[in-house]
Amino acid sequence: MTTTDEKIIPELVRKRRSPLFEVFLRLSKSPLAMFGLAIIFILVFCAVFAEAISPYSPIKQDLMHMFETPSSAHWLGTDEFGRDILSRLIYGARVSLQVGFIAVGIALITGGMLGAVSGYYSGWLDNCIMRVMDVLLSIPQTLLAIAIVAALGPSLMNLMIAVGISAVPTYARIVRGSVLSIRSMEFIEAARAAGSSDLRIILKHIIPNSMAPIIVQSTLGVASAILNAAGLSFIGLGIQPPNPEWGAMLSGGRQYIRDFPHMTLYPGLAIMLTILALNFLGDGLRDALDPKLKR
Amino acid sequence: MSGAYIRVENLKKYFATKRGMLHAVDDVSFEIKKGETLGLVGESGCGKSTLGRCLIRLLDSTSGKVLLKNNDDDGYFDITKASAHEMKVLRKRVQIVFQDPYSCLNPRLSVWELIAEPLIVNNIYGNKNEMRKHIRSLMDTVGLAERLENSYPHELDGGRRQRIGIARSLALNPEFIVLDEPVSALDVCIQAQILNLLNSLQKEFKYTYVFISHNLSVVRHVSDRIAVMYLGQIVELAEYKDLFKTPLHPYTQALLSAIPLAKLDVKRERIILEGDVPSPIEPPNACRFAGRCRYAEDICRNTPPALREILPGHFAACHHAKENINQ
Amino acid sequence: MNDTDTMLDIKNLTIHYEAEGGTVHAVEGLNLTLGRGESLGFVGETGAGKTTTALGIMRLIPNPPGKIKSGEIIFNGENLLSKSESEMRKIRGAKIAMIFQDPMTSLNPVITVDKQIAEMISLHKNVSKSEALKLAGDMLELVGIRRERMHDYPHQFSGGMKQRVVIAIALACDPELLIADEPTTALDVTIQAQVLELMKELKQKFSASMILITHDLGIVADICDKVAIMYAGRVVEYADKRSLYTNPVHPYTRGLFRSVPDIEEDVDELPVIPGLMPDPVNLPSGCAFHPRCSMAVDECRNSRPKMIEAEEGHFAACPVCVKKFMNGEALS
Repeated sequence: MTTTDEKIIPELVRKRRSPLFEVFLRLSKSPLAMFGLAIIFILVFCAVFAEAISPYSPIKQDLMHMFETPSSAHWLGTDEFGRDILSRLIYGARVSLQVGFIAVGIALITGGMLGAVSGYYSGWLDNCIMRVMDVLLSIPQTLLAIAIVAALGPSLMNLMIAVGISAVPTYARIVRGSVLSIRSMEFIEAARAAGSSDLRIILKHIIPNSMAPIIVQSTLGVASAILNAAGLSFIGLGIQPPNPEWGAMLSGGRQYIRDFPHMTLYPGLAIMLTILALNFLGDGLRDALDPKLKR
Repeated sequence: MSGAYIRVENLKKYFATKRGMLHAVDDVSFEIKKGETLGLVGESGCGKSTLGRCLIRLLDSTSGKVLLKNNDDDGYFDITKASAHEMKVLRKRVQIVFQDPYSCLNPRLSVWELIAEPLIVNNIYGNKNEMRKHIRSLMDTVGLAERLENSYPHELDGGRRQRIGIARSLALNPEFIVLDEPVSALDVCIQAQILNLLNSLQKEFKYTYVFISHNLSVVRHVSDRIAVMYLGQIVELAEYKDLFKTPLHPYTQALLSAIPLAKLDVKRERIILEGDVPSPIEPPNACRFAGRCRYAEDICRNTPPALREILPGHFAACHHAKENINQ
Repeated sequence: MNDTDTMLDIKNLTIHYEAEGGTVHAVEGLNLTLGRGESLGFVGETGAGKTTTALGIMRLIPNPPGKIKSGEIIFNGENLLSKSESEMRKIRGAKIAMIFQDPMTSLNPVITVDKQIAEMISLHKNVSKSEALKLAGDMLELVGIRRERMHDYPHQFSGGMKQRVVIAIALACDPELLIADEPTTALDVTIQAQVLELMKELKQKFSASMILITHDLGIVADICDKVAIMYAGRVVEYADKRSLYTNPVHPYTRGLFRSVPDIEEDVDELPVIPGLMPDPVNLPSGCAFHPRCSMAVDECRNSRPKMIEAEEGHFAACPVCVKKFMNGEALS
């Protein structure tokens, strides 16, 4: 009966391909996402090889060449101490990316664990965790970060911790939500009927299926972490001079904006471009990770 | 009866809700013989799926017993009291096929991984090649072509997905399978294919089935005996022929008369029930069908009827069942 | 059938959806007529194009991705496909009304039911607000819901009651054509029986034409006059109910009848149609059913069969079977 069935049906044969490759294949169909990916790739490249590619030292002052507008010697001009803005931007990418990814890492691990625990073992534990998260959520994220940095003292590490902690409740909520919705799916029950243990269910069924929204949120989260860090540096609570950081550069150029707008323009553009690229990538990932679009 | 393979005694499953106790399964007792198919019919919310899940302990029941006959002696083992370790062993004997072939398969696993899962979690094979052989033969048994093994569920139609679900539940060589509306989500043509598959599997491997469905003609086709459920209770239980020929409970009569028949010129009286199924939360201590029953009298509203054997092998829970025989 | 009592005449309707993998041929050269006061059962499996046809008549095909490629839909002598959007809005609800499958999602959960019915009435009829609400109450009583409950919200009703409300909304403007898309599929058998009984009753009262989309041949036997069997975007058989149920001609129709388990007869194995519905992106050549048909000959693979009259008013798109039938040969 069944063998005859199968002969009639048009072929549906597929080779085994790694899931990561498939996601990339689908991602490559979106030009915006690819644009974002390219920008981020360039940024990472800059950050890693900053010493090799930056034309000048980012902190060396050159008082003979202060406030220079873009020229062949200084492509993006120099700042009030004659430091090369391009070099500072390239080194700044290092700090910004570091802050972005590590802060999100902190938020994701802490928030993710809290969220998973409260989603899987609902009840009083869930209640406790989520009420604490609610309290944190009720404080504006930036204000919270300012408070934390102010308490810990300004430094790169503290900046990352502050930005990370202020984003924890967001991740806790997202992870809890997706764990809750997946926990009630029939295939979880089917896995239990097959004799799977709790641990296997969490690792094999719940986590892979809740990854998509988390990956997307993390990508977007990196953008907002960078923005937050820049904001903190801008008001002087982040990276301390003379270390190059985009937000600090923005704040430094602020007082000369009338006469030398390039000093604020380029760091501003760098921040904008990074955020835009991360957002494009995040949107592209959201579509690419949806299993229903898988083909 | 000592020959019973499964004996369910006074099984109850209540859920706590904000408005009170929801009596999903309320004091149900019956027996299943080895190798037979017991059909479980009723409308949505009557507790048939909950009962099915309690039978294989996917849900813990509130009270009562589900006794499964031991293979090596004549004794029985109470599934409701099994420890976690004992359950792991039991999972190999009792299995379930789910209703919705769309949501019961993890979308991120391939056909191969889905069928392999029960084998892996129960450590059936140490040897990869043996497992491969077993999975291939399972796919063959349920009619899945080998070339589909790397496909994902969403690439397949409902019938094929249901075949995966069936292959998963057969993987551990069970004896007893609860089929929870296995064909409800499928079109008639595919439904017929799956019903034939289930039938031929039962013939070949002597499975004992509990077939849960709201579709009476499907249940009649597959079942040896049928239990009709209403609001968490079994109101009638009989051989399928007897149930369709002489339904004794007024609810069964209404249910049967409501089936739309794909035939013209069938003379039958259609009993249209008034109103809806009442809430299963804190039901009154009376016949639960009394509010919609055209024969209801004072006794029905005051005393809950017990499931009694009215004719040989034909049980009904109705105070008027005896009178109904002649109608 | 002469032109005066034809209400709906669909000619050569083709509807496509543009999908990532190619063009979905949802409806392909469909022809259908419906007389005034008639009720037509529209039967087919998931993906046969039943709902798409209904949405096409209402001009509600989501565009993009869907598009009506060609054909005419003549309703009361006028082609709906050449109407402007604002003209269509006047027809929808007033002349042609639709009942959707799922009563749970076709009502707005935050508006009381009387207001939802009244909204429909005041859209198409020139009545005051209070009159519209009064009419809404009348409609509810007509479908068997007590007037006291008219100020309730949808969630306060059960599934069957909600479907009654949906029916009340559909009938509120006294439409000439009612399209019901699987109106009882989401309901339990006993509730389905209630709703079907109500629909039969209302059909008499309103003398509207009706297209009932369903996959259940039993429901068609219960309330329809005419039946159209649809397969892969085309009507493969069309006849009045008696003729179709006594002498099904097309092999797909016969297969469909046999796949349903009977409640009186015992069969060991259900006769099945082998294989699956074809992929609508990639329809087989000739007759779309030929890969699954045991009677297929070369002709079926090469040319698309036309509807042929097998007996009076009974058409089937299978030259092989029609010929056999007319010669009095048995169709296996």
